Amino acid sequence: MIKQFDETQLKNRMNSRVRNNRIWKFIFFLSTLFGLFVLAILMIRVVMDGISFLHMDFLTGRLSTDPDRAGIMGALLGTVWVVLVVIPVTLIVGVGTAIYLELYAKRGKFKSFIETNISNLAGVPSIVYGLLGLTVFVRMMDFGNVVLAGGLTLSLLVLPILIVSAQEALRAVPGHLAEASYGMGATKWQTIRRVILPAALPSILTGSILSLSRAIGETAPLTVLGIPALLIPFPEGLFDTFTALPMQIYYWTLDSSLVAEYANLAGATIIVLLALLFLLNSVAIFIRNKFQHRY
Amino acid sequence: MGVIANKMGLQVNPTAKESIAKKINTQKNNIVYDTKELNLWYGHTHALKNINLEIHEKEVTAIIGPSGCGKSTYIKTLNRMVELVPGVRTTGSISYKGNNILGKTMKVEDLRTKVGMVFQKPNPFPKSIYENIAYGPKIHGIRNKKLLDQIVERSLRGAYIWDELKDRLNENAFGLSGGQQQRLCIARALAIQPDVILMDEPTSALDPKSTLKIEELVQELKKDYSIIMVTHNMQQAARISDRTAFFLNGEVVEFDNTNKIFSNPSDKRTEDYISGRFG
Amino acid sequence: MQKISEVKQEAIHVSEIIAQNKQKKNVSNLVEKWIPTILFLLASITILTTLGILYTLLSQAIQFFRAVPIWEFFTGAVLKPLSQNPEFGILPLINGTLISTAIAMLVAGPIGLMSAIYLSEYASEKVRRVLKPLLEILAGIPTIVYGFFAFTFVTPLIRSIFPEVGATNILSPGLVMGVMIIPMIASLSEDAMTSVPNAMREGSLAMGATKLETTFKVVIPAAFSGIIASFVLGISRAIGETMIVTIASGSSKNFTFDITQSMQTMTAYIVEVAGGEAAAGTTIYYSLYAVAITLFVFTLLMNLFARYISRKFREEY
Repeated sequence: MIKQFDETQLKNRMNSRVRNNRIWKFIFFLSTLFGLFVLAILMIRVVMDGISFLHMDFLTGRLSTDPDRAGIMGALLGTVWVVLVVIPVTLIVGVGTAIYLELYAKRGKFKSFIETNISNLAGVPSIVYGLLGLTVFVRMMDFGNVVLAGGLTLSLLVLPILIVSAQEALRAVPGHLAEASYGMGATKWQTIRRVILPAALPSILTGSILSLSRAIGETAPLTVLGIPALLIPFPEGLFDTFTALPMQIYYWTLDSSLVAEYANLAGATIIVLLALLFLLNSVAIFIRNKFQHRY
Repeated sequence: MGVIANKMGLQVNPTAKESIAKKINTQKNNIVYDTKELNLWYGHTHALKNINLEIHEKEVTAIIGPSGCGKSTYIKTLNRMVELVPGVRTTGSISYKGNNILGKTMKVEDLRTKVGMVFQKPNPFPKSIYENIAYGPKIHGIRNKKLLDQIVERSLRGAYIWDELKDRLNENAFGLSGGQQQRLCIARALAIQPDVILMDEPTSALDPKSTLKIEELVQELKKDYSIIMVTHNMQQAARISDRTAFFLNGEVVEFDNTNKIFSNPSDKRTEDYISGRFG
Repeated sequence: MQKISEVKQEAIHVSEIIAQNKQKKNVSNLVEKWIPTILFLLASITILTTLGILYTLLSQAIQFFRAVPIWEFFTGAVLKPLSQNPEFGILPLINGTLISTAIAMLVAGPIGLMSAIYLSEYASEKVRRVLKPLLEILAGIPTIVYGFFAFTFVTPLIRSIFPEVGATNILSPGLVMGVMIIPMIASLSEDAMTSVPNAMREGSLAMGATKLETTFKVVIPAAFSGIIASFVLGISRAIGETMIVTIASGSSKNFTFDITQSMQTMTAYIVEVAGGEAAAGTTIYYSLYAVAITLFVFTLLMNLFARYISRKFREEY
């Protein structure tokens, strides 16, 4: 018999190959941890900066140049008002579009044109939406930099995300449910409204909450709209000027080179913003888990 | 047709369950569906070829044949569910009580209200048992709570599942066993009092015991309804049907009394299929 | 109520009630008829958005190019919008954008890919289920928070080691942007790698190859286009990123390759001009649209490229 491989050489090579595998596995693991490591530092840093300034007066107080008296009530209210615009606008337009694409549009050029367009919109930098909002809502429609202009701009920004997730939710509803409904003489809209939408609702809500949290954290479009962080009255309606949590963070961070405590104020505001996002995401995860495996 | 039905409904003795259309077409009293030279294509696939079938009232008509022979396609043409697949084309005619259902004037919703369907896989809605039954009446505009209660009870009784479910009406239908789900789906179809019930392999996803229950139920239902049932199970066709159609490659090879088909088929291919030589 | 007592005595005539109801259902017929149109109008809002963006950018950029020749804008190495004799060359901004993107990709590319390898090839299902959501948190943090982190933590940290680094510089936001993009590259690359059929892995493992060899010789080549697509999307994201660079890189418009210095990206320029005092109608004001359309075209090309690659990839198996 001809010996093809030298046994000892093969064994040595094998040992080093296995060792390599093990070493790289460890490196890959560390790489995965790297992101989490930075996340941990970021969190610790933010909390260390902000926690001492985070008290009830800070949450309920008005904006002030004096770091000890400054509060974020205005920014919180501004964010809430914007959310009140974003939720209905994105839900109606987003779910409507998703229903049209999944259940009404015929397969063909037009449908794929709209879908390609949506995925391109998802990749447009948020600041460009800011310019769109500035030109169309603030100037052309002459709203000024008010809640409505900010809310509509952010709605357009997150719409592609919501549409895609709503489409997935609708597609996940098994066809045999719709068949059962059609089989009893239900019309298309009756079937959609009474069978398909209720079955897809949990996933749609999850997607809508996630896109909402994207809107809440966005800053760039608001800077372009000219949203101030000045001593302005609390917003009380859609046509009031406003500021929002991320804008507050932005101005305090920029000015922290002038007044050191502003960094702490920014940190405290970040804690509030992250807590809000965490809350929203928990609700989304709760909905997803509660209504999973329904069919 | 609706206007006539409305007027007649006020005059005619309400105990007569038969639909008005039937009274108008007395000469065809015995035939519910008359299929003439039906052809159907999915895109370029010729799925049904020159089908001619007469389906009789208050009988069980079984449709048998190997998979892919067009039997499911045919039954779904009878309530035009086949149109849910894009790119379907048909020629020929199917007259349902004298009206061509493939014609432009036929509203599919009206047709499907008169022709109920039970599917291969039990497909209850992710709602309560009560809401599943009430769904059909509700979409057809019945809002009265008391009336709905009665419909639910009557339909569940009709499907012989009332005793099992009467205390669980508010539970989610997904909690039921497969056999119960299928009987619930039959009850759901009964809720809007159709004239015809189409059944597309209703027992193929069920265990033998549940299958037997469905078969017994079908025997009962035949007193009030015309039933057309696709089945892959020849014993089932032999046990419960009055007439049997044998489909092969999109054509009707033979259509006759069930006894005749299973004891003395006139076509060699029918004999081969029944004796298990293919399919 | 009369109807009910009637039906109680007799059998229920649902089919007849339904037939009667069908006469009255004019409203729902109307709904049925108009719903598709309404939904179509809602769907066309996305097209209006695109048209709005194009109209906004083009109409205002044209105003700018009336004042500044297009050739000068795209080849000009000097950007002095506020000077007595203003000069509008976009090259310093493109330079700043590309350098910050390069730094970010040097971080996010290798680390993202290695994380993807770990998650897809090595991690047990249990570990994966813990690590993936944690990485997703990283992706969900608003960019303003990363900006804060870069400005108040990473920059001082770098400066404590290399004192010559400026208080605003392109390095720090570049690095932080890299961290921000890690989860995106990790999850998209992981998707590409997990969709490689197991049979291919088994073929390699069965010949005595280690997991490492299998990963590099079988899985990565098979998932290559998907991985490239994830990198391209990462680059597009870095080019469009605004707040981190705006906060931490300052507004110096120097054309330099020194990463310890302040540089301005296209996005940061837009924020500066839009948030500044520039009145509508001035050349400076219009210049931000010229910059924006450049940015828009850059990211659009990247996104189209990524889609093209991943579509090709889908046909492979």
